[in-house]
Amino acid sequence: MSGHSTYNPTTGFGKFMDSRLPIARLIHDSFVSFPVPRNLNNFYTFGGILMVMLVSQIVTGIVIAMHFTPESTMAFDSVHLLRRDVSYGNTLQSWHAVGASMFFVAVYIHIFRGLYYGSYKAPREVLWILGVVIYLLMMATAFMGYVLPWGQMSYWGAQVITNFFSAIPLVGDTVREYLLGGYAVGNATLNRFFSLHYLLPFMIAGIVILHVWTLHVTGQTNPTGVEVKSKQDVIPFTPYATVKDAFAMVVFMIVMCYFVFFMPDYLGHADNYIMANPLKTPAHIVPEWYFLPFYAVLRAVDFNIGIPFTEIVLIDSKLGGVLAMFGAIAVLFFVPWLDTSDVRSANYRPMYKIFFWLFVANAVFLGYLGSRPAEGIWIPLMKASTFAYFFHFLVIMPLLGWFEKPLPRPASITDAVLAKAGNGGSSHIEGATAEPQSKG
Amino acid sequence: MKTVFTKFAVRISAVLVASSLAVAGSTLSLSAADEEGGTVHYPLQKPMEQSWSFSGPFGHYDKAQLQRGLKVYTEVCAACHSMRLLSYRNLGDLGYSEQQIKNYAAEYDVIDGPNDDGEMFERPAKPNDRFKGPYANDKEAISANNGALPPDMSLLAKARAPERGFPTFIFDIFTMYAENGSDYIYSLLVGYPEEAPDGVEVQDGLHYNPYFVSGSALAMAPPLSDELVEYDDGTKATMEQQAKDVTAFLAWAADPNLNDRKQRGFIVILFLLIFAGLLYFTKKKVWSDVAH
Repeated sequence: MSGHSTYNPTTGFGKFMDSRLPIARLIHDSFVSFPVPRNLNNFYTFGGILMVMLVSQIVTGIVIAMHFTPESTMAFDSVHLLRRDVSYGNTLQSWHAVGASMFFVAVYIHIFRGLYYGSYKAPREVLWILGVVIYLLMMATAFMGYVLPWGQMSYWGAQVITNFFSAIPLVGDTVREYLLGGYAVGNATLNRFFSLHYLLPFMIAGIVILHVWTLHVTGQTNPTGVEVKSKQDVIPFTPYATVKDAFAMVVFMIVMCYFVFFMPDYLGHADNYIMANPLKTPAHIVPEWYFLPFYAVLRAVDFNIGIPFTEIVLIDSKLGGVLAMFGAIAVLFFVPWLDTSDVRSANYRPMYKIFFWLFVANAVFLGYLGSRPAEGIWIPLMKASTFAYFFHFLVIMPLLGWFEKPLPRPASITDAVLAKAGNGGSSHIEGATAEPQSKG
Repeated sequence: MKTVFTKFAVRISAVLVASSLAVAGSTLSLSAADEEGGTVHYPLQKPMEQSWSFSGPFGHYDKAQLQRGLKVYTEVCAACHSMRLLSYRNLGDLGYSEQQIKNYAAEYDVIDGPNDDGEMFERPAKPNDRFKGPYANDKEAISANNGALPPDMSLLAKARAPERGFPTFIFDIFTMYAENGSDYIYSLLVGYPEEAPDGVEVQDGLHYNPYFVSGSALAMAPPLSDELVEYDDGTKATMEQQAKDVTAFLAWAADPNLNDRKQRGFIVILFLLIFAGLLYFTKKKVWSDVAH
């Protein structure tokens, strides 16, 4: 899409189609001749892996839906009869369930890669925002999918999550009732969640197309953060990126298959092997691991926010927790503007690099906290960790642009590559800033 | 590129070590808080880890053990616990012949119908019937058991998994530990002490067991004792032996495809490893003319 199309149809049919519906040209330009920076590392393969995961989830999901009964007294059994009595049903169901987890493993690596290399900076703000939208849709899809097997954790997870919406002032309870299709989680909830769980992946697929489109308009970033400047800096997608992505994908599949075939229950909850029982609350209601950091943020807010020295409560702890949780995701939308540095890649940002890894460690720790009960020492730790999460985005990111002294950057991708290869390439360095960037 | 990857790996591990130290520190302070009268977490004791024929990458069920387990289930557990997701035909996995399964099923009467006169009738169960439970419904089960519902056993070995805790849950990935449920059931069955320890009050009708997942005592009385069943293959029926056999049987009931699954996984991963190897060398060749 960027640059001139090099597609050249050779067959009669190819020429016929090319002047009517040039779909082959589109594919050629997007996945064959599309220029990618030559210095991409393996962290750049996760976009492709995610696309494969989406297709894999849709395909296995469609087949599982053929065996699934979305009715509250039959859903649980239908999943287990699929596992027991349908040929390959056991593998199919595990593949879909483990696949959801691996989808999130890949998306978290993909997001952290974007944060490390500043992939959200101009002109890629829209690309980043579309990515956050996909992430949000993934969360909704995964949550509703987890409800469908109608186990104890499905049921009580749905109870907790839909309760968030009742925290909205004035309309909260109405919104919750529409979501549930009644006053409590029940058959109507299961039916609408099944319908939405089938719909959302296709919406994700639609946004993925936009995401890839914007990517192909702006071109990819790369570990140096320096834009592509000449033809030397890039190589064609096929065969270079194709074979590289394929290799990474197969390695990723090995990890996934290890779980699917040898530890299919490791990433799930034992309680979900008990059929949903509205009369019996599990001792600990815990979401799937990929939601744990946000669950910790939710529970970190256990205080009302009001006008000091009065009894007036502006935001009660419930609404506060929900706002903090959604805020933890919403803040991602603003990252392109919260980061004030002109330098893209953390490789040339000595301070940001440290804060980035602290942020990763804190996010992992926040996840661990999410799995702990809200009691004792865990509550202050949840608060501290939540504070650190927001502090990174709202204070550190904006301030670093002023205070950080970036390292000298290479003049071009080719320069960086040749310098590393030690081929005696040009060591000329352009734009080496010896002083902090001046702002305003 | 390789160096970038190594650098990342080093950093990630540094971060993980740092965060694990932080977690370890806070766990210590938590146990301190517990001693000062914080919430008690169950089970009081972690399950005893046993060696199972079905653990590990090449694990598979031992048919003789499953047959012994079926005997314990039939003669002891089935008095109170149902097994509703299983059909009699599934017993073929245990090495029984069709005739043996027919005979086993025929011992139970199930309700069928309506017949041509519009009436329900009783008939002996057939291999494709589901396991017949001991009670007509949950209410009956609860009323017969002092207000406690004996859980259905078809998924029990997967439905009980006491928390492994940090950092054990990370090591579990590499040791392929997936027998938490089986260890739990075994420990519970053999873990009833003669008497509750001093200072522990046990409600009437409950039985103290430190391995129980959701309290210090449960409604089920110690179900097994030495020589409670007589094994057909001459194995000595100690309580531990019976507990182990019936646990293996329950593990099979919860995950009857385990043998196939692990075998399939081995082939799939072998294929992927070879494929990855080929792709690695292809990639090396393709990229050999480009510095990157």
